[in-house]
Amino acid sequence: MIDTFVIQEQKPLYRFILALADDSLTLSHRLAEWCSNGPYLEEDIALSNVALDYIGRARMFYQYATKLEDKGRTEDDLAYLRNEREFTNLLIHELPKGDFAFTMVRQFFVDVFYNLYLEELLKSRDENVVAIAAKSIKETRYHLKRSKPWIRQLAEGTEESRQRILNALIELKDFVGELFEMPAWEQELCDAGIAPDRSNLQQPWDDYVQKFLAISEIEYHDTVLRIRGGRDGIHTEHLGHMLCDMQFLQRSHPNMQW
Amino acid sequence: MTSASIKPNAEHIIPTLHPVFAERSSFRADSVCGELWDILDQVCDPELPGLTLWDLGVLQDVQLSNDASNNQQITVVITPTYSGCPAVDAMSEDAIKALNNAGFNQVKVAVTLAPAWSTDMISPNGKKQLRALSIAPPNEHDHVDCPVCGSGETEVLSQFGSTACKAMYRCQSCSEVFDYFKNL
Repeated sequence: MIDTFVIQEQKPLYRFILALADDSLTLSHRLAEWCSNGPYLEEDIALSNVALDYIGRARMFYQYATKLEDKGRTEDDLAYLRNEREFTNLLIHELPKGDFAFTMVRQFFVDVFYNLYLEELLKSRDENVVAIAAKSIKETRYHLKRSKPWIRQLAEGTEESRQRILNALIELKDFVGELFEMPAWEQELCDAGIAPDRSNLQQPWDDYVQKFLAISEIEYHDTVLRIRGGRDGIHTEHLGHMLCDMQFLQRSHPNMQW
Repeated sequence: MTSASIKPNAEHIIPTLHPVFAERSSFRADSVCGELWDILDQVCDPELPGLTLWDLGVLQDVQLSNDASNNQQITVVITPTYSGCPAVDAMSEDAIKALNNAGFNQVKVAVTLAPAWSTDMISPNGKKQLRALSIAPPNEHDHVDCPVCGSGETEVLSQFGSTACKAMYRCQSCSEVFDYFKNL
């Protein structure tokens, strides 16, 4: 319980920035797992490049977080030396990469979300946040341009590929609601004009996704909050395993540099 | 047909600088340390030989200040192309090295995120250099001409190429596979 206590003691802005950094880092790691495992070379490179965009985004947020914290910790300390319960990413980002259909449906879901979210983040009163959002939104627009045709290609492809898309939609649907949840501390930042109100984005997200999936004759329901916990450091069983892998080098060889 | 119906074609349009690049150019021209900018023109992108940091739009500013003991301190301000661009470290080191070699010892590099880099910051010379490297330069409408034979009949093979800033295309006329520097 100690780690959860640590999170609750954090100042809202630091907590907010760190949470956004964790979202990007965990997703980046899941995408990077496709490196050398992609279905073909170009796709392998594409997924690795999307992973690179997200790791860049994570670094920008972590660097800002270290400035806010001002305790001499570095971005690497935050990424590699915090425990599972100290990570506050929303759960959808940490789910295992699954098959290619799962990865692309998750990517499509978060791409639609970040296209809406970063647009709002650009209006923040915090200029550092605005700078990061301005950098990231261009990349995220491009990601969506790439994930959309994949969803259609698989959903309208063979019986097998369509089934895999349908399976992925079922597996992911319960993790979507958390994207639109506003905990009290985030609401506080929202009232101060720093954080966007996530709850306002659910309707546009539902509309966009439902309309797009309808092209492939897939009916998609309205989002309902079913699973939550990421922002409180309570994760699926998968994050711990991921961190073992991701943090191994820095834990085994402390202060090691590339 | 009346005279009013004359439409401008490529030959009639006077080539103009992109406003973003024009602003960059006048900013550089107004700088008090023009010779430092010139020294930094030796520094190229590590993966795009011949394309300088200035031409690429990565070099944003060169600032002169005095530290506590009144020594001259140079700050080179750069902005990354893509947020995860791994070339930033190499570019920073190369910029410091170039100024050190010219006799300036107190040099540091600051990486800024704002204004966010865009392909509009690439100079006309930079676009020429890209073509010389068989890379199609960014185009506002993503209309990609083959950098080898000039044909406009091209198709996208992959939305990401060898680096995050490029996409992979194939020319349907000469069959050449080439990189396109994505419009951002």
